[in-house]
Amino acid sequence: MSALNVADLSIQYAGSSVVDGISFAVNPGESVGLVGESGSGKTQTALAILGLLPANAVASGSIKFAGQELLGAGEQSLDKIRARRISMVFQDPMLALNPYLKIGEQIVRILIAHDVCDAASAKVRVIAMLEAVGLPDAERQAGAYPHQLSGGMRQRAMIASALIAEPDLLIADEPTTALDVTVQAQILDLLDAIRKDTALLLITHDLGVIAGHCKRMLVLEKGRLIEAGETEELFRAPQRQHTKTMLAAAPRISTSDIPSPASSIVILSVDDTSVSYRESGHGQLHAVRNVDLQLNEGETVAIVGESGSGKSSLVRAILGLKPARDGTVRYCGDELPRDARSRSAPILRDLQMVFQDPVGSLNPQMRVADIIREPLLTHEQDVDREDSRRRVVKMLQQVGLGESYLDRFPHELSGGQAQRVAIARALILGPRVLVCDEAVAALDGSVREQILALLRHIQETSGLSILFISHDLGVVREISHRVMVMYLGRLAELAGNAALFERPRHPYTRALLDAVPVPDPARQRQTSALPGEVPSILTPPAGCAFHPRCAYAIDRCSKELPRVRVVGTAKVACHRAEELNL
Amino acid sequence: MTRAAQIAGRIRKNRTISISGGLLAIVALLAIAIPWISPNDYLQTNFDNILSSPAIAHMHWFGTDDLGRDLLVRTMMGVQVTLLVAIVASFVSLVIGVFYGAIAGYLGGRVDAVMMRIVDTLYALPFIFIVILLMVVFERNFLLIFVAIGAINWLDMARIVRGQTLSLREKEFVEAARLTGVSTARIIIRHIAPNLIGVVVVYVTLTIPQAILVESFLSFLGLGIQEPQTSLGALVDAGVNQKENAAWMLVIPGGLLALILMCFNFLGDGLRDLLDARQST
Repeated sequence: MSALNVADLSIQYAGSSVVDGISFAVNPGESVGLVGESGSGKTQTALAILGLLPANAVASGSIKFAGQELLGAGEQSLDKIRARRISMVFQDPMLALNPYLKIGEQIVRILIAHDVCDAASAKVRVIAMLEAVGLPDAERQAGAYPHQLSGGMRQRAMIASALIAEPDLLIADEPTTALDVTVQAQILDLLDAIRKDTALLLITHDLGVIAGHCKRMLVLEKGRLIEAGETEELFRAPQRQHTKTMLAAAPRISTSDIPSPASSIVILSVDDTSVSYRESGHGQLHAVRNVDLQLNEGETVAIVGESGSGKSSLVRAILGLKPARDGTVRYCGDELPRDARSRSAPILRDLQMVFQDPVGSLNPQMRVADIIREPLLTHEQDVDREDSRRRVVKMLQQVGLGESYLDRFPHELSGGQAQRVAIARALILGPRVLVCDEAVAALDGSVREQILALLRHIQETSGLSILFISHDLGVVREISHRVMVMYLGRLAELAGNAALFERPRHPYTRALLDAVPVPDPARQRQTSALPGEVPSILTPPAGCAFHPRCAYAIDRCSKELPRVRVVGTAKVACHRAEELNL
Repeated sequence: MTRAAQIAGRIRKNRTISISGGLLAIVALLAIAIPWISPNDYLQTNFDNILSSPAIAHMHWFGTDDLGRDLLVRTMMGVQVTLLVAIVASFVSLVIGVFYGAIAGYLGGRVDAVMMRIVDTLYALPFIFIVILLMVVFERNFLLIFVAIGAINWLDMARIVRGQTLSLREKEFVEAARLTGVSTARIIIRHIAPNLIGVVVVYVTLTIPQAILVESFLSFLGLGIQEPQTSLGALVDAGVNQKENAAWMLVIPGGLLALILMCFNFLGDGLRDLLDARQST
């Protein structure tokens, strides 16, 4: 008998359907993946199972759990089931954990609320559980508040609280999306290892995650269940077009066919640049330390790193949004003022940026036409209305949107459309350098592919140079000529695309590559996940900042900062770069 | 459909807003129309007809006061004055507060620190006390009341606007504008100010009742509007003195005051909900 049986579930909001007649079952102990792009109804389905739908949602159909109907069940009967027999892990553990309760205490409360055991033995069980999910020094950490833990540790605590009552079913909704890649791998492995007889319903947009961790999978598109089956089967022979598109768009580190740029003229040069922030109570926070970087004409350089690597701070210093503390930025050989406000108009014109959040980077009170026109009005005071309109329309068409978008407001655009508008605004002045800060991170797979293709096309036709910040190595592999890997504010490795992906020289690069989930059930990650997490930038480890997590660390690594030097074709900051074969 | 039309449509559909807004409009219209239409004058005393109770028959629908003046006309004059004081005072606080707050918030750093410390200092002064002193020292006049009330309210507005601006300043669309070289003045006017409108509109509808209360309070103390001019607060004051033998003198202006305050509060709440809903969708 199946643990969970969903039949003909439909959910509507104000008449519009978000989930449309889906049926599936989860067997005891099984792991099932629920995949779909944003708006496909996957989270709504999870909320319906737990009876957490908002009051204005209208649900119909049936959700049977161990023979009991959950849809429309009263709060009292649901309370007996939630956390005890069905539990959930949410995307953002910071929001899901109560900030006013110590970690241990909130988990103990679950056991006591469900009369699983008495207070004394509950405490023992919770500490054992926290140990099992890999919280170091569990007894002490149980007394910590959620904000005192790192993101990965919080998610581990969340998993501990979800599994403490040994539920029959665990629903994990994008449990690793808010985490760094190396931590993501740890959490997924942990979920596999620890859940024992608990069935798992894993909700994600990332096919790589499903491939490694689910036996069966369900594909949702716009609220409909379009395909279901064994994961291996579906990956090998997807039946529906949408599944095929999603599979094709899944980030994977494949071969790269990006032609090398024609020119080798250095357009932007960053020398020995450091960025720091004043943190109250902590003194200086050194976000970027002594970084060098050259960007050639028509070239894409990707900057890769986890949170705290300083990649955003570096490009903000280059653009003058956050003036650098030390170092110089040269553009076409001329040294630039550190603050954007003191830069001349022609320079501002030539350096433009596309931001991560497509909707947030557009003024909600302005129409698309005005948003794209603003740079023109700023730089060409004499531009007449007709001419500017023509150029805006031409730009819109170039980014794949038509004239009909001119009068729209940002909230009337989808994420992909908004990002196209942001790209149009950045390109209308014909800049020579475009900085993309996680510009495709917030987009669904298929939309991401379109935006990447657009950027590549613009580069080929106009010789644009691109600095591309990303945490997603699949995307980086696809779009960049050279890749710079940063760790805690310093350069770890800088190498050509092929060299970096095929012959990484820095152990951290290797670890990043290994951590990427492979969207192929047949080919699974062999190496174990990188241990630990990125340390706080406020207190970086001595010597090589990576040494506490590095499998190859030697005595010297903890004492002496590695110099950046050339090994093969790469620039590497590792004491053992020459001898290691990663 | 244009955006203005969309918002207008949503306002019409929202019952809280349309009822409270409609009631206010009716009260305001009557307050303007009745003194025009009525045969009675707000100054005209009639000692043969003092404290007569409200009745349709003798053309004093709200009765008369202790000097025999028609209370209907006087109440409507009071509503006029009260609304005028409230709206002008709120406008004063709106203009000063929005610009002060937006400039402090956007420029940040030392400018912000100095500007906001000034606000803090002004907060520390006991305003009602100072207003009372002003009233005593100078001759009482209309203008002084506007200034006094506006001077209290703009502080709140400046703080709220500054807070909003601080978060807006970090928004990516503002950074994008900075990167393009858009001037600071233009960023404040084109990017910051329009995005403050939602909060400001809501806050103004909520400060109007505050201004009304302060004005009524001053008038009630006998420090506000000077006789024979009147306001709702002054009428309530007069009503309290006659509450044993002419309860209507207290109940009618008091009731109207309560109605107006409630309408503004509901209007503010409604607008806030409406704008929140727009942000979440």
